[in-house]
Amino acid sequence: MTAIDLPAPTLTAKDFSSDQEVRWCPGCGDYAVLKAVQSFLPDLGLRRENIVFVSGIGCSSRFPYYLDTYGMHSIHGRAPSIATGIATAREDLSVWVVTGDGDALSIGGNHLIHALRRNVNMTILLFNNRIYGLTKGQYSPTSETGKVTKSTPLGSIDHPFNPVSLALGAEATFVARTIDSDRKHLTAVLAAAAAHRGTSFVEIYQNCPIFNDGAFEALKGPAAADHLLRLEPGLEVTAAGRTWAHDPGEIDPSRQFALSRLDADPDSPVPVGIFRQVQRPTYDDQARAQVAEAIATRGRGELQDLLDSGDTWTVPSDGV
Amino acid sequence: MSSTVTELDRVVIRFAGDSGDGMQLTGDRFTQEAAVFGNDLSTLPNFPAEIRAPQGTIPGVSSFQLHFANYDILTPGDRPDVLVAMNPAALKANLTDLRRGATIIVDTHDFTARNLAKVGYDVNPLEDDTLAEFAVHALDLTGMTVEAVKEFGLSRKDAARSKNMFALGLVSWLYGRDVDGSEAHLAAKFATKPAIRDANIAALRAGWSFGETTETFAVSYVVKPAPVRAGRYRNITGNTALSYGLVAAGRLSGLPVLMGAYPITPASDILHELSKHKSFGVTTFQAEDEIAAIGAAVGASFAGALGVTATSGPGVALKSEAMGLAVMTELPLVVIDVQRGGPSTGLPTKTEQSDLLQAMYGRNGEAPMPVIAAQSPSDCFDAALEAARIAVTHRTPVMLLSDGYLANGSEPWAIPDVATLPRIDPDFATGPNHDRGDGERDFWPYLRDEDTLARPWAIPGTPGLEHRIGGLEKGEGHGNISYDPANHDRMVRIRAEKVRRIADSLPPLEVDDPSGEAGVLVIGWGSTYGPIGAACRRVRAAGHAIAQVHLRHVNPLPHDLGEILRRYDRVVCPEMNLGQLSRLLRAEYLIDVRPITTVRGLPFGAEALAADLLAHVTTTAEATA
Ligand code: SF4
Repeated sequence: MTAIDLPAPTLTAKDFSSDQEVRWCPGCGDYAVLKAVQSFLPDLGLRRENIVFVSGIGCSSRFPYYLDTYGMHSIHGRAPSIATGIATAREDLSVWVVTGDGDALSIGGNHLIHALRRNVNMTILLFNNRIYGLTKGQYSPTSETGKVTKSTPLGSIDHPFNPVSLALGAEATFVARTIDSDRKHLTAVLAAAAAHRGTSFVEIYQNCPIFNDGAFEALKGPAAADHLLRLEPGLEVTAAGRTWAHDPGEIDPSRQFALSRLDADPDSPVPVGIFRQVQRPTYDDQARAQVAEAIATRGRGELQDLLDSGDTWTVPSDGV
Repeated sequence: MSSTVTELDRVVIRFAGDSGDGMQLTGDRFTQEAAVFGNDLSTLPNFPAEIRAPQGTIPGVSSFQLHFANYDILTPGDRPDVLVAMNPAALKANLTDLRRGATIIVDTHDFTARNLAKVGYDVNPLEDDTLAEFAVHALDLTGMTVEAVKEFGLSRKDAARSKNMFALGLVSWLYGRDVDGSEAHLAAKFATKPAIRDANIAALRAGWSFGETTETFAVSYVVKPAPVRAGRYRNITGNTALSYGLVAAGRLSGLPVLMGAYPITPASDILHELSKHKSFGVTTFQAEDEIAAIGAAVGASFAGALGVTATSGPGVALKSEAMGLAVMTELPLVVIDVQRGGPSTGLPTKTEQSDLLQAMYGRNGEAPMPVIAAQSPSDCFDAALEAARIAVTHRTPVMLLSDGYLANGSEPWAIPDVATLPRIDPDFATGPNHDRGDGERDFWPYLRDEDTLARPWAIPGTPGLEHRIGGLEKGEGHGNISYDPANHDRMVRIRAEKVRRIADSLPPLEVDDPSGEAGVLVIGWGSTYGPIGAACRRVRAAGHAIAQVHLRHVNPLPHDLGEILRRYDRVVCPEMNLGQLSRLLRAEYLIDVRPITTVRGLPFGAEALAADLLAHVTTTAEATA
């Protein structure tokens, strides 16, 4: 992570819970993720005041209100841009973005891909429930084609995004997928995402029992093992007719991308875990380095010298 | 050959040519020469939106107008006394603007049948009586340039490119200016291209010598320095002054500046300028779009920096929602709108003041934002400082209005002494501010300063002040989400009152009414300051009284404005829109403010405006007689 910290006091999940009443629907997958994040944050060893959660609009974007850190519940789709400003202004903060499939991939798609390509120090948690929950059930950019919803009585005709493929296409440096109900896997992926320097992108399959119940049911029940491909470094994988040992550190994202396409075939298992984890200089570190370099080579700017620069002339005494 | 030297008080000169002819550079250099000589001056660059419009056509004409004088002047001048025209298109496009008897220096080289036809001249205007009322100097500037630089072995095309410097040399001679400064400038600019450098310098010198040694010009002129206050001066454009103001605001507040921007004419130069000043702790972020640009600025402000974003009208439209977020979260933010002709893409390179109502009201909900305006190129420095002061002190996004004329126009600037500039106190929250009632204290992000109603600015990293803000309505004081009707009603009124109270910090308005007998008051805002001032001078010179007041703050309006407006029989408001300020004033004060409007993409001409004002003065005098 990014925060430069004093030795952190020992904190517990309770220290990260705000006094606000959590208002998701009963049974919403968001609860599980909130719990996992609250219990996992103390392990980061960061002080509460050095953590900032930024969100956009949507059910999951209420997340920051329930964490006793700094936070901003911003506007629809714009959280990555706001987080970019925070991360660039402050190297000592751990910056998190909480977003949903509509927020990140529809209205905020542009900001998402640009944050990923810039590699700004932030961890993006994309809660994918494949539906618009807060606006009561319209299909989203990750809804399967043919989805019958309030706005698509005859079935949706859009082809959906695969968020992991999209992130890999934007050459994100950390790309992973996990599931709300698998606390252990979720925590392990989040820990790796938090430890990564640069933009970490984590898609979390999240159940919306009200408008899209059971979207990921096949991946959760006793038969889950048949439907999941749990990625590990070195795991032998087969996709696009080729077999190789999975390597998240591979710089060329082509094979990781091929892996992300696996479940385009409904009979193939859904890969979860870390697809990609590579090092590349971050935008904000480099922006700060340019400032530091300018000060080192030119000295700290003197305002009077700046104003006096260029072609100047002096009038010795008041004219009449 | 020595010619007669005639002394003039003022000259308006316009350099015009194809967009690729380097007219902006030529104008800029002559401006520097006039500035260093000590003339007062004002400039008006005018160029097409296309980078290289079709050669030799009227839409492709780029020009630079300079007004310089031996007294303080307020505008770039209405009608040029001298036109330097590098081709038929430049002649045709500018001819109707010239005053009768003006001098025209024209490069005959491009006056071929083909080029004349391109701009609709059936007959060569140099050969019929089209130019009869002007003093025409038809010279083969291109031919003489090519001759002067032949030793440098350039292609004919490259050689001819120095013709703008030949013209500059000739005009410099005509007004008794030396060209040392321009020579040094060229030497630096083309340091890595010795042949080009040498050709440009040779052409410059050749132009000067041509004036000196031939008898083409029987008279040369001198315009003496203008009497000004003692001090150090430089010439400065509005965009540069505004950028310096932002750098200064960072220093005076001790805050790092983070500017998010997306390229847009005519605001991009602010991004370019700020990107050079990293050693002042200034970070520039070229975003993927206008929304991300302001998003990053809001994020930076939340994190404790001075967030800034600069754009033009179309960009402001895209930023509206994020401005609303800054209004709701009550974070300091400076939003700069360098206005241009609209609507939609409109006239990207031309000036207009038609975003005032957008600045005031262009957001959903009751979303009041302070609006301030710069009145001249150098004033952009002070306006930027004032915008930052209000933003930081009152915890609010501020709209700072400039326009295309201020952005690219220039004037001499009395460089301020940094020690005299006022500090800005960010006054970060450092500890709890609220009694919980159980003996403990906690932090309420919306507990306000009693006088200003500003909320505390608690930045991440401050222990114990962790809090969440956002776009949903806040409960008064504690700042948690609240949908309570009474609370929303109160919060909407509090946000409006907070902006209104900024007026408590404003100095009294200065009314310029020398005789104290004026019946007509002219009110303006922004870049009309110069033309209104010049027009008022004309009205007074014609023996009539007229008063002028100019607004820096459009929202909130200063406390004393209503009383001032009521003092006069008639209030007139010239604007480069269809009457936006007059509408606001009518609504606010129930006074019949009379608009005078223009939307030609150019500033008001002082002469025409003076005629309009005079009509108001006369009618008012008759009505009250
Ligand atoms: S609508 Fe769905 S996603 Fe939203 S809170 Fe309810 S269950 Fe959760």
